[in-house]
Amino acid sequence: MSKRIEVNNLNVYYDKFRAVEDVNLTIEPRTVTAFIGPSGCGKSTFLRTLNRMHEVIPKARVEGEVLIDGNNLYGPGVDPVLVRRQVGMVFQRPNPFPTMSIRDNVLAGVKLNNKRISKTDADDLVEKSLRGANLWNEVKDRLNLPGSGLSGGQQQRLCIARAIAVSPDVVLMDEPCSALDPISTLAIEDLIEELKQEYTIVIVTHNMQQASRVSDKTAFFNIAGTGKPGKLIEYNDTATIFSKPTIQATEDYVSGRFG
Amino acid sequence: MASTTSVSLGQRASLTAGQLPRFSPIWLLVISWIVVGGLFTILVLAGITEDFNLVGTVFFGTLLYAAIIYVASRIVEGARKATDRLMAALVTTAFIVALLPLVSLVSTAVISGAARFDVTFFNNSMRNVVGDAPGGAIHAIIGTLEITGMATLMSVPIGLLTAIYLVEYGRGRLAQAITFLVDVMTGIPSIVAGLFAFAFFSLILDQPGIRFGFGGAVALSVLMIPVVVRSCEEMLKLVPNELREASFALGVPRWLTVVKVVLPTSVAGIITGVMLSISRVIGETAPLLLIAGFTQSVNYNLFDERMMTLPVFVYTQYANPGSDVQAFLDRAWAGALTLIVIVMLLNLIARLIARFFAPKIAR
Repeated sequence: MSKRIEVNNLNVYYDKFRAVEDVNLTIEPRTVTAFIGPSGCGKSTFLRTLNRMHEVIPKARVEGEVLIDGNNLYGPGVDPVLVRRQVGMVFQRPNPFPTMSIRDNVLAGVKLNNKRISKTDADDLVEKSLRGANLWNEVKDRLNLPGSGLSGGQQQRLCIARAIAVSPDVVLMDEPCSALDPISTLAIEDLIEELKQEYTIVIVTHNMQQASRVSDKTAFFNIAGTGKPGKLIEYNDTATIFSKPTIQATEDYVSGRFG
Repeated sequence: MASTTSVSLGQRASLTAGQLPRFSPIWLLVISWIVVGGLFTILVLAGITEDFNLVGTVFFGTLLYAAIIYVASRIVEGARKATDRLMAALVTTAFIVALLPLVSLVSTAVISGAARFDVTFFNNSMRNVVGDAPGGAIHAIIGTLEITGMATLMSVPIGLLTAIYLVEYGRGRLAQAITFLVDVMTGIPSIVAGLFAFAFFSLILDQPGIRFGFGGAVALSVLMIPVVVRSCEEMLKLVPNELREASFALGVPRWLTVVKVVLPTSVAGIITGVMLSISRVIGETAPLLLIAGFTQSVNYNLFDERMMTLPVFVYTQYANPGSDVQAFLDRAWAGALTLIVIVMLLNLIARLIARFFAPKIAR
């Protein structure tokens, strides 16, 4: 299910502006990798290049390679749609489809792609995905109500259920807890811990404690100044990054003396 | 205890201020209307004016209200609240000024149109109507429904797809050019649209005096397309980008995202926009006069022979009355009333459809 991600010499551009400079890193399967760093340092931008969501923005482009199990995402003839079916994404703000019920939201990946699915299969998939997202017990009696009626934390878990329902190999999370209260955050962190058994997870977070709690490896990004590109400063085991980082900037950041 | 005593002694606590009684604005408004109405009644009784001026009463009464509430509030409540009251009163005045012509128009149409708003009107045409035979407008109603329906059928797909292109796909010069041309199209006078359809069909079909319903539908869709494009574009832009991204991230191709996420989310607004554009063209007279022509008989065929429509019916009844002028005027008013009723019904239906499809929020 899960796959290794290898990034080689990746540069990300918005039109002429270089947002992220020369990133090299390898993400092992079945691990949680956290991206930390100050706002505007290109964490989210870099994350979005991992499933080609970056190019949805007009004039945005990418140079370099992203290999998922050896296949270059940016190679010739690669269909971004197929990439996104393997690399799912959860966004900063919960965004369930307002026109759909909870059940349909979970099935969105199947239904929107015009695939046929029998009712029993669909029921199984809904239950499995919602259980996977720790939401089943809360919504099993109201699957046909609109997803927008749930609380923020529930909506975010619904979005995670929606992302894992298409059984991707990798799940990208862009600050999934920034709009949530501590209890919902805890629920999602527990969930990340479970999802790790099956998926490769990459998470962007501003919350240092969260990064140290959930991740196996941590990548610290930084930016030299406004208008300068973001860079990967240090990438190592989470324990190392938070206890004895090799670079001074990392230590300043994780200890709160900066940013 | 100390503070309550001091208030009862008439000294103000720092957080309280004088307040006008709760319903005083409404009472003041009614009183202002009565006072101004009294003045106009005196003018009538004195023989200076012939009729009681209702519109004037409402308008000047509301202005008087704005002045009174400002002064009263200034005395009791102080300057800040007085300004607030004045602004609220001015907004109310603007609302009433906007409403006056509408109410006046509808009431006039209902009162004058009621005389002939009967069964005969809806199952007779004007064919062979002479002398004091009542006559009716079934031919015009059929024409209006067919021509507007056909125009809608042509404009909505073109307009909606153009809007989708502009919002979802269009980048750079081509999109800019289309936006510009749509803006230009919005400004085309309706008679020019009629002339265009007339010239186009008389040239390609080589019939110098061509008159037929489909030509009218083409002329109307020239007027309708820009309105549909504009309103649909605004509605599509309202769909949050996050929903599109959520759909892309699930591996859904762009066109399916548009069909299954963007359109369903904005369907209520799109229906409203389409309804507005129908209302915009259903009352068009000039282009239809040119290309659809006028007739006294029922014609179901859009592609052959002249076709009557309601606006043209109203125009001909009013412009060319026979010996019994009142009968013609009554028919004209009944035709106008029918047109208003049709537009209202269409709006009502659209509202219901929009409510049925709108994103549901459980609370």
